[in-house]
Amino acid sequence: MGSEIVKALKSVSFSVEEGEFVTIMGSSGSGKTTLLNILGCLDKPTIGDYILDGVNIKKLSRNELARLRNEKIGFVFQAYNLLARTSARENVELPLLYNSSVSTKERHERSLKALESVKLENRLDHLPNQLSGGQQQRVAIARALVNEPVMILADEATGNLDSRTSYEIMALMQELNQKQGKTIVFVTHEPDIAAFSSRTITLKDGKVIKDTKNENVKSAKEVLMSLPNNDDY
Amino acid sequence: MRIAWRALLRNKLRAFLTMLGIIIGVGAVIAMVAIGEGSKKSIRDQLSGMGSNMITIRPSSNVTVGGGARLGSSGLQTLKVEDVDAIAKQAQYITAISPAVSANGQVINGSQNWPTSMQGVSPDYLSIRDWKLKDGTPFTQADVNSAAKVCLIGQTIVENIFSNGEDPIGKIIRFNKIPIKVIGVLEEKGENTFGQDQDDIILAPYTTVQKRILAINYVQTIYASAIDEQSSTVATNELSGILRKQHKLKNTDDDDFTVRTQAELISTISSTSQLLTVLLAAIAGISLVVGGIGIMNIMYVSVTERTKEIGLRMSIGARGVDILLQFLIEAILISITGGLIGVALGITASKLVNLFLSWPTYITESSIVLSFLVCAITGVFFGYYPAQKASRLDPIEALRYE
Repeated sequence: MGSEIVKALKSVSFSVEEGEFVTIMGSSGSGKTTLLNILGCLDKPTIGDYILDGVNIKKLSRNELARLRNEKIGFVFQAYNLLARTSARENVELPLLYNSSVSTKERHERSLKALESVKLENRLDHLPNQLSGGQQQRVAIARALVNEPVMILADEATGNLDSRTSYEIMALMQELNQKQGKTIVFVTHEPDIAAFSSRTITLKDGKVIKDTKNENVKSAKEVLMSLPNNDDY
Repeated sequence: MRIAWRALLRNKLRAFLTMLGIIIGVGAVIAMVAIGEGSKKSIRDQLSGMGSNMITIRPSSNVTVGGGARLGSSGLQTLKVEDVDAIAKQAQYITAISPAVSANGQVINGSQNWPTSMQGVSPDYLSIRDWKLKDGTPFTQADVNSAAKVCLIGQTIVENIFSNGEDPIGKIIRFNKIPIKVIGVLEEKGENTFGQDQDDIILAPYTTVQKRILAINYVQTIYASAIDEQSSTVATNELSGILRKQHKLKNTDDDDFTVRTQAELISTISSTSQLLTVLLAAIAGISLVVGGIGIMNIMYVSVTERTKEIGLRMSIGARGVDILLQFLIEAILISITGGLIGVALGITASKLVNLFLSWPTYITESSIVLSFLVCAITGVFFGYYPAQKASRLDPIEALRYE
């Protein structure tokens, strides 16, 4: 299995394969958000099917959807959505708290591992307001990783960040995609962000108007290196 | 559980303010009930101090004597010493019995005098009333048989006719010109519940008062002691039976005497202070409900304020029931923690009242358990609705909420 087929939004149909890094582009009102909600199992398509990891979500109840979100999807939001006054580690552990099969010990190990993969292992006990925007988004990515999802869904994850930090986040995303083989679906409206992905789907008025494989994927790391060094970073 | 606890700790001040309502409510209930119960208990103790198992028999005016006029009990002569003997012989629920006759008069020692009353009683009387001697010896049955001119005097008498501090024991005083020897001094008892000075009294053998002072052969009152407080009703019935037989009353006749127990008096007075307790508890209970509404209010605000957090939790896999439980547990934690602090506060407050205002307080377990239960239920009741509201939020809308 490992393939996800979406048939939604005015007879839109595409599939995302395991290990792909897909960006979904489109101006506002193009149906991005609806698509994202369906992809994230927050909403069900009224007509058509969405099969995530071999499961058709149409037949699932609210609670079963919640469970699916918990186990198979990692969300990264534009506004980070970290819990205030809660340490980075506790924020990362949050999804595991809703999974009763994970023991306390395992939770600690996995949160540490997730924070290591976003290079924040030395910020475990920092609160969100003690972290920079980029760091907060990395905590959010760690939170999305901690439940080992089949797909990471990022909703304008770089929207609140300056370009340099955006590249850092994209470099991290690329690394996760290339080294750990994570499937990533990234919603954005910035073409230069889309250039880092291996495939771009463009939506307009609820229809897919373009679905192109990106032949020469730009490396965010290289772009980052080419930027002039900033002293205040 | 852990999630809820952390959420509370993140908002310590708000949690505390919410708790405050419950703390004050529970504390007030406990303190108020403690004050009410304390006054009830102190009244009860005082009454018990008068002899808790005491039964009083007085003649009553069921019979019309001459011309249809009914006589007051002091004028009735239906109770005899023989009645007392019959009761002493036949009654099983009576441990002590004493006839009593009372004479008012002037007591004189040398140049000092004092108006008082002399009670003629049997030696059992001291144990019935639970009175003790401070000094000297009580009179005996032999003194009763010989109508000996001996007496026991109360503290007020000592102060008034032995004001120069001499030892009254062995002194001859005169009561209505009859010389009588002081053989004992009663312990000080102070005023009773009705403000009567219980120390303004002279006790003498009843025969002495009957023959030498009043020149009568009947008995004004009979005092008896039941085995214990519980059996006082049985003892009362037993006494009535014996007296009816003794007075040869027909089945259709009314009693020509009344039997009163101390227990009746206690329950009458206790019921008054019971009312006070209930009233205080009701007022305090209202504040508990107000506290509960406070919880509901805060939980509602909290749900609105944390809509985004709820959305996030739902998007990462929290089910509706998880959110419901989180908010419900938060509400219960607030009310239980508040309840515990309230219990501590209530106990402290009633101790302080006792210490500084010297009001008697008595903390009952039932008031603690009750108020604690009520506040736990309040937590569930007032916490459920906001929690339910939170759990029904749509994750998409909740996430976008600003």
